[in-house]
Amino acid sequence: MNASVDTGSDRVSCLDALTGIQPFAEKIREAGCRPLKSNDPIRTLQVNIGKACNLRCRHCHVEAGAHRTESMSVDTMSCCLQVLADNEIPTLDITGGAPELNPNLLWLINGARSLGLHAMVRTNLAVLEIPEYAYLPEFYADCGVEINASLPYYSEKDTDRQRGPGVFTASIRMLSRLNKLGYAQAGGSLKLNLVYNPGGAYLPPAQQAVEADYRRVLLGQFGIRFNSLFTITNSPVGRFLTFLRDSGNLQRYMERLASAFNPATVNRVMCRDMLSVGWDGRLYDCDFNQMLGLQCLPAHIAEFSRVALQEREIVLGNHCYACTAGAGSSCGGAVV
Amino acid sequence: METYYDPADLAKFSTIGEEAPELWQQFMAYYGAVFQEGALSAREKALIALAVAHTVQCPYCIEAYTQEALEKGSNQAQMTEAIHVAAAIRAGATLVHGVQMKNTANRLAF
Repeated sequence: MNASVDTGSDRVSCLDALTGIQPFAEKIREAGCRPLKSNDPIRTLQVNIGKACNLRCRHCHVEAGAHRTESMSVDTMSCCLQVLADNEIPTLDITGGAPELNPNLLWLINGARSLGLHAMVRTNLAVLEIPEYAYLPEFYADCGVEINASLPYYSEKDTDRQRGPGVFTASIRMLSRLNKLGYAQAGGSLKLNLVYNPGGAYLPPAQQAVEADYRRVLLGQFGIRFNSLFTITNSPVGRFLTFLRDSGNLQRYMERLASAFNPATVNRVMCRDMLSVGWDGRLYDCDFNQMLGLQCLPAHIAEFSRVALQEREIVLGNHCYACTAGAGSSCGGAVV
Repeated sequence: METYYDPADLAKFSTIGEEAPELWQQFMAYYGAVFQEGALSAREKALIALAVAHTVQCPYCIEAYTQEALEKGSNQAQMTEAIHVAAAIRAGATLVHGVQMKNTANRLAF
């Protein structure tokens, strides 16, 4: 099946149709968590400002790449800032694609800064070496932007297999530069976190254990420091779903996720504390639901209603097993 | 094609407990305790298990502990070195028995 012609509903159906996988909604009902509702207040507005990316990572749930043209407008960003200000949502989490490829990124960060918000950017690091964007590390540092940087492993071979040739070396150069700008320095306020994700159809290791390995290798071999490592489970969405299907791993991976279901994670999943905004302003419970087209109501940031969205029922699917397996998974890493 | 080893058989492992449930329960309790984090990390134990799985040439164990080693944070380079350790011990054990061969040959020879 060609992933590029799949719709979100095709993909939801594909996960629902697997044999022997108990529907996620039923699973959490058994665990006494149904209906799963968001918390009030919303703590984070995660804004996906576009699907364009300089990389084409094999696990990417967004299916981002240089061929993508979806990009958030200033008008939509303005709506997001208004919602943040009006509803005292403290954190703006900027993601993509590569957020740097949206020409309005500076405008958004400056807007967040003027509102006194905490802004974080999810970067692939390599994009910051492109001459057009080389000024951004200093800009991030000047604005106090928290950086969450993808680095799926502490070795070149494993990282490049997932992200493309040369990405590990470029990432190391950029991490060194960020350290020199004051990121992850003792006593400093500039936060630099790294993000691990598995290099295939398996669960991530214990976050604390692999963080120690990253520290040992990155400091010992490259003199690089970072604040925290977040382990994220690959969600069966987007390009990773295509990989699972094409490689014959889908059934087994879903069985692995379902068998590792941990009820203790359910109350701490990220969708309970955040709202996800698509490049066109549509609203979702999380970035995975966004890529599957599973919308919230109201459906657009321009129609944001705290009353309607607080304690809303989260839209669930079998992909949610990825966030509840083992120690759980969120944009901030393991949840238990 | 029929083979002696069928991946689906791994799911039937617990049927071994049907005729001797107490022994099975004791084995499972012991097995579970062995792989708990202890003086060795869970990652180190998974690598040891992977190496031993190769020496006993158990395809079920190799598949299970390949996944386990990956899920404990090891990469293929580390896993390959682990099985080289097992291979080196096997090779060394073979060669050191050559002393038995030499002892016997020397006893029999002029």
